[in-house]
Amino acid sequence: MSLLVILLVLMVIGAVIAIETTNLLSSIVCVGAIGFLLSIAFLFLGAPDIAITQLVVEILALVILIRATISRDLTSVSGDREFFGLTITVAVVLVIAVIGVNMFAGFPAFGTPVMDRIVEAHGVPGPPSATYLRHGLERTGAANIVTAVLLDFRAYDTLGEATVLFCSILGALAILRSRARKRADAAETESESG
Amino acid sequence: MIYALCFVLIVVGLYGVVVKKNVVKIVISLAIMEYGINLLLILIAYRRGGIPPILDETMNVADFARQAVDPLPQALVLTSIVISLGVLALLVALCIRLYERYGTFDITEMRRLKG
Amino acid sequence: MNEPLASQGMSLIVKTVTHWVKVFILVFGMYIVLNGHLTPGGGFAGGVVVACAFILLELANGQTRTSQTVKVGVAAELDSAGALLFLGVALVGMRAAGAFFKNFVPTPEAAWFKLFSAGVIPICNIGIGLKVGMSLFLVFVLLSALHVAVRNGDRKMIRRRKE
Repeated sequence: MSLLVILLVLMVIGAVIAIETTNLLSSIVCVGAIGFLLSIAFLFLGAPDIAITQLVVEILALVILIRATISRDLTSVSGDREFFGLTITVAVVLVIAVIGVNMFAGFPAFGTPVMDRIVEAHGVPGPPSATYLRHGLERTGAANIVTAVLLDFRAYDTLGEATVLFCSILGALAILRSRARKRADAAETESESG
Repeated sequence: MIYALCFVLIVVGLYGVVVKKNVVKIVISLAIMEYGINLLLILIAYRRGGIPPILDETMNVADFARQAVDPLPQALVLTSIVISLGVLALLVALCIRLYERYGTFDITEMRRLKG
Repeated sequence: MNEPLASQGMSLIVKTVTHWVKVFILVFGMYIVLNGHLTPGGGFAGGVVVACAFILLELANGQTRTSQTVKVGVAAELDSAGALLFLGVALVGMRAAGAFFKNFVPTPEAAWFKLFSAGVIPICNIGIGLKVGMSLFLVFVLLSALHVAVRNGDRKMIRRRKE
């Protein structure tokens, strides 16, 4: 458990560095470091599926961020916004932080999942995770219960996720493609006239 | 205690989104917030001394159901991680578009140059 | 150098190592996708690894040479094909077994823990893997097609548009 606390403290330190440093490359590298630490933390929390996915998604996010932003000019914009707005927003963020920390300190003990606390009785339905674990293999035939939940018990959510991914990539392509076409046209007209 | 640390991570990301001027820094802070939220969901699902929810041929199903960690938040977090990648791609495309329109990454400059 | 930075590729060492290693990365990605119902992984992680293989190819060889071998149109078609495969399997489930997304291929107990088990789940994994991989590769190609090395000429273009 102390290992998790060490990882979390390192993540918070990395997050503060990523936000405060003025060099953009350093902050992107710090975000990469936070992602790797998170993947290790997922491994210790018993979620190897999530650890693999977080690792590769992290790498791809780093590549996209660096390729898109680093070699452009003006990457060392420093400083924060004007003073009055800054104090109001910092005050609001601090209030949220204090309320949240109190709320989370009062959570049930770390290490007892929800399905242990709800007991199936007359009139009270049992937790769905217990059903998935007990009957997952015989109802779906998949040994990986997380995949069985994603693609058989809750396949509708996966359809929603595929749609969201499709639409966001479509939006990104629509934004980038019109610029590419205009740039090609501008280059052609310049080469014809010049 | 661990939940509180995870919430501190989320609040650090929130601070970055709200306060910073560089639009790429805002995108980075949003990514940090998403990491914090995913970590919180997996922390809720943890069982002390638990095993991952993947069956083996040598395991008894009843023992497995008593020992494994919760698989449902893991499915949710898998969805969330992949969606955050798609949203990051869209935001970075927007940043590039903003840069080519206004010539800078600074949002206070963009407010001045609007139109 | 007048051509943008993205089309130059990297040094000879990177090109040679990529030439050897790209097949292994692709096969590893496909392994993760196909064994999604037995080991950790699944369609999403495997799809992102496949996208990483193609992105490595593009980073090492530069954009002009890669756009001749791996075409953007084909990637877009495969992307839509993956999404349609996933949706088609769901609709066939509705037709064949009565409920949307119902697993219409039952798995007998003898087939547990084998590769060809779990009914519709491997097919869904393949569809999702195709879709995620090709989408992310497309986004990367278009991001690097606009990779601008800022010179004075470009600044003038921006100023001229404001007047």
